[in-house]
Amino acid sequence: MIQGKISGVNGPVIYVKDQMDFMVGEMVYVGNEKLVGEVISVTTEFTTVEVYEDTTGLKAGDIVYGTGSAMAVTLGPGIISNIFDGIERPLGEIGKKTGKYIGRGVSVTSLDEEKLWDTTMMISVNDVVKAGQIIATVPEGRAVVHKVMIPPDISGKVVSVVENGQYKIWDTLAVVEDRHGEKHKITMAQKWPIRVPRPYASRSYANRPLITGQRIIDSLFPLAKGGTAAIPGGFGTGKTMTQHQLAKWSDADIVIYIGCGERGNEMTEVLEDFKKLVDPRTQNPLLDRTVLIANTSNMPVAAREASIYTGVTLAEYYRDMGYHVAIMADSTSRWAEALRELSGRLEEMPAEEGFPAYLASKLSSFYERAGHVNTLSQKEGSITIIGAVSPQGGDFSEPVTQNTKRFIRCFYALDKSLAYARHFPAIQWLTSYSEYVDDLATWYNKNVDENFMNDRNEILRILTEESKLNEIVKLIGSDVLPDDQKLTLEIARVIRLGFIQQNAFHKVDTYVPLRKQFLMMETILYLYKKAAALVKMNMPMSYIREHSIFDHIIAMKYDTPNDDDQPFETYRKEIDAFYDHFIETNA
Amino acid sequence: MAIEYRGIAKVSGPFIVVEGVSDASFDEIVDIRYQNGKRKLGRVVECYENRAVVQVFEGTNDLSLSNTSVRFTGHPMEIALSKDMLGREFNGVGEPIDGLGDIVSDIKRNVNGEPLNPCEREYPRNYIQTGISAIDGLMTLIRGQKLPIFSGNGLPHDELAAQIVTQSSLGADNDENFVVVFAAMGVKYDVAEFFRRKFRETGAMSHVVMFLNLANDPVIERIITPKVALTAAEYLAFEENMHVLVILTDMTSYAEALREVSSAKGEIPSRKGYPGYLYSEFATIYERAGIVKGSKGSVTQVPILTMPNDDITHPIPDLTGYITEGQIVLDRELHQKNIYPPINVLPSLSRLMKDGIGEGYTRKDHKDVANQVFSCYAHVGEARSLASVIGEEELSQMDQKYLKFGKAFEQEFLCQSKEENRSMDETLALCWKLLRMLPKEELDRIDTKLLEEYY
Repeated sequence: MIQGKISGVNGPVIYVKDQMDFMVGEMVYVGNEKLVGEVISVTTEFTTVEVYEDTTGLKAGDIVYGTGSAMAVTLGPGIISNIFDGIERPLGEIGKKTGKYIGRGVSVTSLDEEKLWDTTMMISVNDVVKAGQIIATVPEGRAVVHKVMIPPDISGKVVSVVENGQYKIWDTLAVVEDRHGEKHKITMAQKWPIRVPRPYASRSYANRPLITGQRIIDSLFPLAKGGTAAIPGGFGTGKTMTQHQLAKWSDADIVIYIGCGERGNEMTEVLEDFKKLVDPRTQNPLLDRTVLIANTSNMPVAAREASIYTGVTLAEYYRDMGYHVAIMADSTSRWAEALRELSGRLEEMPAEEGFPAYLASKLSSFYERAGHVNTLSQKEGSITIIGAVSPQGGDFSEPVTQNTKRFIRCFYALDKSLAYARHFPAIQWLTSYSEYVDDLATWYNKNVDENFMNDRNEILRILTEESKLNEIVKLIGSDVLPDDQKLTLEIARVIRLGFIQQNAFHKVDTYVPLRKQFLMMETILYLYKKAAALVKMNMPMSYIREHSIFDHIIAMKYDTPNDDDQPFETYRKEIDAFYDHFIETNA
Repeated sequence: MAIEYRGIAKVSGPFIVVEGVSDASFDEIVDIRYQNGKRKLGRVVECYENRAVVQVFEGTNDLSLSNTSVRFTGHPMEIALSKDMLGREFNGVGEPIDGLGDIVSDIKRNVNGEPLNPCEREYPRNYIQTGISAIDGLMTLIRGQKLPIFSGNGLPHDELAAQIVTQSSLGADNDENFVVVFAAMGVKYDVAEFFRRKFRETGAMSHVVMFLNLANDPVIERIITPKVALTAAEYLAFEENMHVLVILTDMTSYAEALREVSSAKGEIPSRKGYPGYLYSEFATIYERAGIVKGSKGSVTQVPILTMPNDDITHPIPDLTGYITEGQIVLDRELHQKNIYPPINVLPSLSRLMKDGIGEGYTRKDHKDVANQVFSCYAHVGEARSLASVIGEEELSQMDQKYLKFGKAFEQEFLCQSKEENRSMDETLALCWKLLRMLPKEELDRIDTKLLEEYY
């Protein structure tokens, strides 16, 4: 293999002189400790290498060893339920080797290479196999069936195949002869470079929602399977809480949680919580469908840049098996800052706020790896990307938020004043949007109720109206408003407290199925309709408002179970009674 | 014995350039001798084939190209660690300044530390009772948390920190295993003296390790001070099984020192001239709080920073808030109203509180009550701004009730004396007393059953 000598060290960036044969993107090992690095530029004078570990102690003259291949991850059974660092090294194994701190140059394999997996073969000799075809299945934990696929660059005729049984990830399961007569050994695991998107047959239209059980998302700003969303918010507005909620309850088959430059304790929390929490659909622990990638804020910055690509590559691998995968990237701002930091070290010309000029193109190529596709094996799979953005000073006009906004289709803007009033999720309904509403309307109307989209639009209309009225109230107080507008304010209050606000710590309210979401909207709008009729008959709002029905409806999110329509009938009757009560007393 | 290089090639700002060096390694510590035997410490920040750039901790004053000799030690900055550090005072780079001699120990650690493996961490769940209602009730401090105080010049952050230290531990049960690591970066002499006096008054001095880099000490030393302090804290917590509370003051001076060094190095600045890696640098400090599996100790951090011009969106508080697990924000207006501690509860937050309170920890109604108080107090703000436009008399009856609630909240709940140590029950009782000023229907954040029981 190619070797070179270090001629200079500047933080995570090192320079290698007198060696021009390194390839851009090649993975290298640096120094005696064999720190992992990646070549980022080559000139006739020197090669620049970015090191994914702390460079303390490196000196000029230390050897850099080439590997001849690009930064790649190992894809195979054993990924699910695991926790990796930014370059797919299992933190559990590292912990066994170096104790409580993450040591440097630890050599661990990404996946357990000794473990035997129950393998069921699906091909036989003389079969013709295509790239991406599924040739065997392996149960990977309780929730996921791992599908062994022919690598995307191989196809041909099967010349030999093993019996069903237990195999290790690098055991040869089959040998395929391509049309040039070359033989390829097919193993359970394969390698794939992280910066290259895995191929698929065709991309299809996003037409199904990712159901999250969060009312403001599912009902008001739905996200499609295969869609992209951004959650921007200053610190303390609940980005991470929202991401955790989505990771817990969204109906993806597999969730990849990338903790990119975030807090160590939060990763520990996910790890501990997800072991205990149960997936409402499969009754298995959530960890059985989750992969964690942790590059906490104090881990080396170069690996932070890579962690996003590692995560999306793992996602693509499971998508290719025909799964719906959701990626939570918390937070893409830290990733952008890692780009900035490295760009500064490379002395590149900075663009806006010191970020490199290629920030936008990097962001777009990341978000474009999401999508709903037909895989090479003609299955349906998708990747949904939900990226948190941490804008500097909570100001959404900064470059990362602005550039992200160009490439995503759902925008969940978190609001400081809502968070201060402990209104969670603090997603601001006036500034948030979803471009999937039209794409998904048919699905909702068909699968939940034909009135779903009408109700949703009506709810949003009331909220918009409220914000206009609030402008007036701020100037002159609410007492001078006409009664119908007072009613709008009151109903908007019911919507905000009773519908939009959702308690992540309440065992019923933390996840709400679509049916109940719809019935809640119906109930609120029915109350609105009946109360509006009263107001129209000149019933003074000051009396109507005194009635306990409003607060009773607000509490329905806690008082009704998630799987029963019956209580909503009762609410309807109570609203009728409320209406009759006023009609009678005034008659 | 390492080679000693005589003479240097360049002195510029806090850096010296040594040429003809072949074996300098990145980040290693350099022993600098000048003017016949005086010593300074330095650190390699860039190294090339035959040239090394060295950052000099005590500043480059008195160095000349010819009077200086340099020796590369071959290892990164290390300090000797032992339990004997308790009760001692050190300067910003960990050298004793109390005249009691060096710390003798075989255990030496790299001050840069290494990142804690998230798999080896234990999620913090035990709360610390500080006896301060605003903190205990609404932003509970958890053992192993990093909870900074965002303050401004002239606000009583030092008093608050001292009160937290005194009451959280040494007050009630006098926990022998509770120690304080105090690191001062660029603070005034009076501030350091204030803490020293407080520690002495409460008899805590023997449980305190002090690292002092005062305002007139070399700026460059400040960069290493918090790292030295945290290395000591980690040792005491994870190897001596102690509960360590780390007070870092003032993080703003630390960030300014970083900026000074960065600009001297000619690096490309990002926001407000701070280096692009400010976030990473902050993270390597703050993330050193926590609890690890297999050790009984913990490192809890209460960093103090002064927001330039009271601006919470300034890069220093902003980046800090993204790393720490919440923040305690002090407010000038409350301070002017003579309310101590002047904690503005709305932007304040403790992220770890949700798992460390409630049944089994504090009391089952704690979560809901805290939530309700926040939501009501947020409404007070709205009512006040409305009142300033249309006058208090014009407000609806309900809003008037809120105004009264707001006033009582500030006067009775927030406000307490610097010696007052309230128990958790007292704090919660106070919350209920305030909430009872509002009609039951308004309390929409509290579970109906709890409302029946406590209202």
